[in-house]
Amino acid sequence: MNKTFADVVVDVNEEGYLTDFSQWTKEIASEMADEEGIELTDEHWNVLAYLQDQYKNETALSIRKIGKSGIVSIKEFYTLFPNGPLKIASKLAGIPKPKSCI
Amino acid sequence: MASHLKKTLPVKEWQITIIDQEKTHYYQPGFLFLPFDIYKSKQVKKSIKKFIPKGVNLLREKIDRIDKDNDQIHLDNGASIDYDILIIATGTKIAPQEIEGMLGDHWHQSVFDFYTFEGARNLRNKLRKWEGGKLVVHISEMPIKCPVAPLEFAFLADSFFINKGMRDKVEITFVTPMSGAFTKPQATKELSYLLDQKNIAIVPDFNIEKVDAANNKIIDYGGAEVDYDLLVTVPTNMGDEMIERSGIGDELNFVPTDKATLQTKIKDNIFAIGDATNLPASKAGSVAHFEAEILTENITRYINGQELKKEFDGHANCFIETGHGKALLIDFNYTHEPVKGTFPFPGIGPLSLLKESHMNHMGKLAFRWIYWNMLIKGRHIPFVSATMTKAGKEFEKEPA
Repeated sequence: MNKTFADVVVDVNEEGYLTDFSQWTKEIASEMADEEGIELTDEHWNVLAYLQDQYKNETALSIRKIGKSGIVSIKEFYTLFPNGPLKIASKLAGIPKPKSCI
Repeated sequence: MASHLKKTLPVKEWQITIIDQEKTHYYQPGFLFLPFDIYKSKQVKKSIKKFIPKGVNLLREKIDRIDKDNDQIHLDNGASIDYDILIIATGTKIAPQEIEGMLGDHWHQSVFDFYTFEGARNLRNKLRKWEGGKLVVHISEMPIKCPVAPLEFAFLADSFFINKGMRDKVEITFVTPMSGAFTKPQATKELSYLLDQKNIAIVPDFNIEKVDAANNKIIDYGGAEVDYDLLVTVPTNMGDEMIERSGIGDELNFVPTDKATLQTKIKDNIFAIGDATNLPASKAGSVAHFEAEILTENITRYINGQELKKEFDGHANCFIETGHGKALLIDFNYTHEPVKGTFPFPGIGPLSLLKESHMNHMGKLAFRWIYWNMLIKGRHIPFVSATMTKAGKEFEKEPA
């Protein structure tokens, strides 16, 4: 399905995650953040860049990995993206949320 | 792998050695059944010596570290073993010490794992006398081996307590760091009813920070709390500490490995198989089985100076017990999520994909025989290919 962010139509799944990472832009991330009630600071952008990097390297993301990344601590991560930080940050980064086999 | 390679490599040119510190080999899928007295202890373990092919050396020693620069393994006893080719198959194990408060006097008293023989057996003893309360089935963090086992445990617990006439005395809650019990679209569509049907509550997005055993609760980094009377947890899963000592693993001690060839990214002559790798495949026995066939081919090619085949597609084939004598089967790979269909014969089955059936449960039970008599001995399972087949599957649309 489609959604429009900042006058751009992108493909999203039922939960609002981009299905095509190449369509991601900073403006889209900003609008998504608005919807989540988050105002993006430099710290937020650093985390999103890290997540996108890991995604491009096909590395699975986890709270532990993010805590050890040197970008943020786990507590900081929760402060930046409250209530399900990995789920929300993945959405803003334009990558799929972490998944299991089923 | 030893069985496969013994049949493939020229006997006069290659000596195969297995280094394994353990005396006992466990049928790990059986650990799910042990707590509920469905399997007995002796059905899930055998002496490792029974499975060593003739002509293969078994060295029962603990490994200190792999010295990749010198192509040597340094043993704990001080000896060193040279190798030309190394296959790392050291698996994954639970590391409860990684979560604050998980270990302590309460370990195997009110907080249990079922991912070890001791954990499963001790939990069995507990469940035999437990009079009810809040049962919390919990996953600490991903990845874990056998990702479906915690859900299976919750399903089997529901049946167990119904059969004992005490289901109304037990509250079952499934707590996971994932965003739901199911994270793939088809599985979510086809299976969500199971939790409602079995009256299992779910707490998703729970990233455990610590266990507060004194107050019988688990607490996540965001401050959320879940109370329990009996906590059955899957602790953090990590590769062997030897991998860390060798300086060749990631932050969870998994070895960086090419996902299609199974050659590690550490050195050309080091390969890896199964749970020890960092492959984006499930950590499951079936995955190791399918990898073995492809890895055997690639070891032969490596020896002959040929290009490795980029063949492994992440194929996994797993039964999921749903209780009351039924199970599901899922068959999937890196690019295709589990979907409905029939297996292994399109249209005929006899096993049904992503759908409960008694036949699937029989398949899961039969699997114990297949494991001890075929898989460990390196025998191919007829009609089941190493890479996933699309025939017999109902895809809504082809993934991009």
